Amino acid sequence: MIWKTLEYSGWGRALKVTGELARPERRGDLLALPPAPAFGLRRSYGDAVTNGGGRAIDMTRLDRLIAFDPATGLLEAEAGVRIGDLAALFAPMGWLPAVMPGTGFATIGGCIAQDVHGKNHHNAGSFAQHVTRLTLLMRGELVEVAAGTPLFRATAGGLGQTGVIVSASLQMVPCKGAAMMVTERRAENWDEHLAMLDNSTATYTVGWIDGTAKGEALGRGIVEEAESSTGLVKDHIPVATVPMNAPHFALSAPIVRAFNEVYYRRVPARGRTSVKPVGAFFFPLDKILEWNRLYGRRGFHQFQCVVPLASAPALREMLEEIAGSGLCSPLAVLKRMGPGRAGYMSFPMEGYTLAIDFPNRDAARALIRRLAGRAVEAGGRLYFAKDSLAEGTAMRAMYPELSEWRDEVRKADPDGNLITDLVRRLGLRSAA
Amino acid sequence: MMDTTWIILGATSAMARATARALAAQGAGLLLAGRDTNELALIAADCRLRGARMAEAVAFDARDPATFAPLLARASGEEGELNAAVFTGSMPPQAEIDTNPALIGGMLADNFTGPAEFLHLLAPMLEARGGGTIVGVGSVAGDRGRLGNYAYGASKAAFHTYLSGLGNRLARAGAHVVTVKPGFVDTAMTWGLPGMFLVAPPEAVARAILKAARKRRNVIYAPSFWRWIMLIIRMVPEPIFKKLKI
Ligand SMILES: Cc1cc2nc3c(=O)[nH]c(=O)nc-3n(C[C@H](O)[C@H](O)[C@H](O)COP(=O)(O)OP(=O)(O)OC[C@H]3O[C@@H](n4cnc5c(N)ncnc54)[C@H](O)[C@@H]3O)c2cc1C
Repeated sequence: MIWKTLEYSGWGRALKVTGELARPERRGDLLALPPAPAFGLRRSYGDAVTNGGGRAIDMTRLDRLIAFDPATGLLEAEAGVRIGDLAALFAPMGWLPAVMPGTGFATIGGCIAQDVHGKNHHNAGSFAQHVTRLTLLMRGELVEVAAGTPLFRATAGGLGQTGVIVSASLQMVPCKGAAMMVTERRAENWDEHLAMLDNSTATYTVGWIDGTAKGEALGRGIVEEAESSTGLVKDHIPVATVPMNAPHFALSAPIVRAFNEVYYRRVPARGRTSVKPVGAFFFPLDKILEWNRLYGRRGFHQFQCVVPLASAPALREMLEEIAGSGLCSPLAVLKRMGPGRAGYMSFPMEGYTLAIDFPNRDAARALIRRLAGRAVEAGGRLYFAKDSLAEGTAMRAMYPELSEWRDEVRKADPDGNLITDLVRRLGLRSAA
Repeated sequence: MMDTTWIILGATSAMARATARALAAQGAGLLLAGRDTNELALIAADCRLRGARMAEAVAFDARDPATFAPLLARASGEEGELNAAVFTGSMPPQAEIDTNPALIGGMLADNFTGPAEFLHLLAPMLEARGGGTIVGVGSVAGDRGRLGNYAYGASKAAFHTYLSGLGNRLARAGAHVVTVKPGFVDTAMTWGLPGMFLVAPPEAVARAILKAARKRRNVIYAPSFWRWIMLIIRMVPEPIFKKLKI
């Protein structure tokens, strides 16, 4: 059958919907479908990847490599190709995707449509800045879209609203091999943490933050810096699958506090350097399949905001509120971003980005709403890839190029066939 | 693997694609045969970039024997070990067959007569080279005629019987035949069908297929637990079986 009715959700599993999905296996099958929003591996946490009661197209079977030029590192591939597969295949030949999110289970299409960032955003910018052209299925026709054009800028970070990305050309970056030289150092508190991120000269830099630490230790964490390296290291393969929903206490406050303490102390006070497989460095969580079940049946939310450099004090206050809440999970990331962004609706701005997971509870939802308010006041913005709770007026105000995006989207999809639950909830396409 | 060539019939199917990719990663040469040549060209490029020594799209239609000779000619040009894997097949819903029995002929061509005629033309080449493997993909549906898909099942049963005879013949020349009986596999064929359970990813079936070819197994179920499910289904006495709606 073409359409399968099923219950599904984004990665956070907090918002479940019932809808119809098609999963074309051949190019011709895709072209024969009526217009509908396209989804990748649904690693977006919230309702960017749901269309409750409606239809959507799962692109994961259209995952062919089309052409590669070993002289220049330019790769053409279908939208369903996984980033992790690209890293595994090309790193031994000396090339890596220029930008990789924290999971290898993200597709090229999803990475373009959220204009994702990686641990090298401060140097390399966003994913779609390395896309030289793409093929879009728009109003039933295949359209070539060159980087920099208004249609491209509406498609990069554009949440699939301009059409189905069928394939794209990516400029990869040279690497030394399939390994990474990783240095980990403790940051004892917030100020030290920010200073280490500010002063880092590494290609890849990211901070893990202990969201349970308070007082003197507020903002403590581990700063990881990495460069590509040669060396033979074992392939990164999943080691376990979470077989079922965990009980709700699995990530309760005392357990998270204890875990974070161990995680922090595991890096010696003087720091340490090691060689890791490419996958282990970029996609540490992919080792455990279906880890989102750890949050239990009710699922979870991720809060991610970015604030301008000057608003660092406001971000510190947000962290104080999080630490005081006892709601946060071990997954918390702090990173300094550069200004790079490719689309009207791209998330990045120069500043600091904080991402933290919370179990889906009333208290956590209320906390996330308060944090969102603080992010707005700080002149920052929230990330569509993670959001499922924000309120439309505030969210629209965070994206100053919204009207440019709307103009292109209106032309590309005049009948609103590509609207997803997130776009509907936030009123992104309605005239202001 | 550098001097092996695999002919993949029905190469646009999800199971065939997963198998072709796994072979590409080993550096094999691939002749990707099927009807949708645009799609085959995409798969061929993908296989080349994933390590295939050679990968070419070749037109092939199980219902059109005129397409067989050019493919065989192309294959004979490859030196070294020659192998073939047959994934062609179609499964019109039993209800459609009930209203239009004329559909049976075409289905039989896709699932049995076309592949069998082709393999009969190929067999002498394997015998002449004194080796090689033929993988034929049948189905658990061929193990017993069930209310829901007995016409399809019959075509697969015919193919199983053919493959077992062909295996007997080729063994005398050092070549080998593997019959693969997949259960429910997560492909376009099963997408959205009611009553699916324990659905296996095509990559898992591909791994099982290549392992069976390497180990020269005769008949495998994929995933392997289907052997036990089908054992039970085959053992149900006919009077009782007739009352079951499975
Ligand atoms: C563990 C983990 C770590 C992560 N780390 C990061 C990180 O470091 N940086 C970061 O930026 N993000 C990160 N993310 C978020 C993730 O990278 C993005 O959500 C990404 O979009 C996921 O890709 P996907 O293929 O799953 O796309 P989906 O989530 O399925 O889709 C994302 C959006 O793209 C659209 N889309 C998908 N495919 C197409 C297509 N072919 N054509 C048109 N539109 C399409 C969808 O409609 C949707 O709006 C992380 C997520 C997880 C689970």
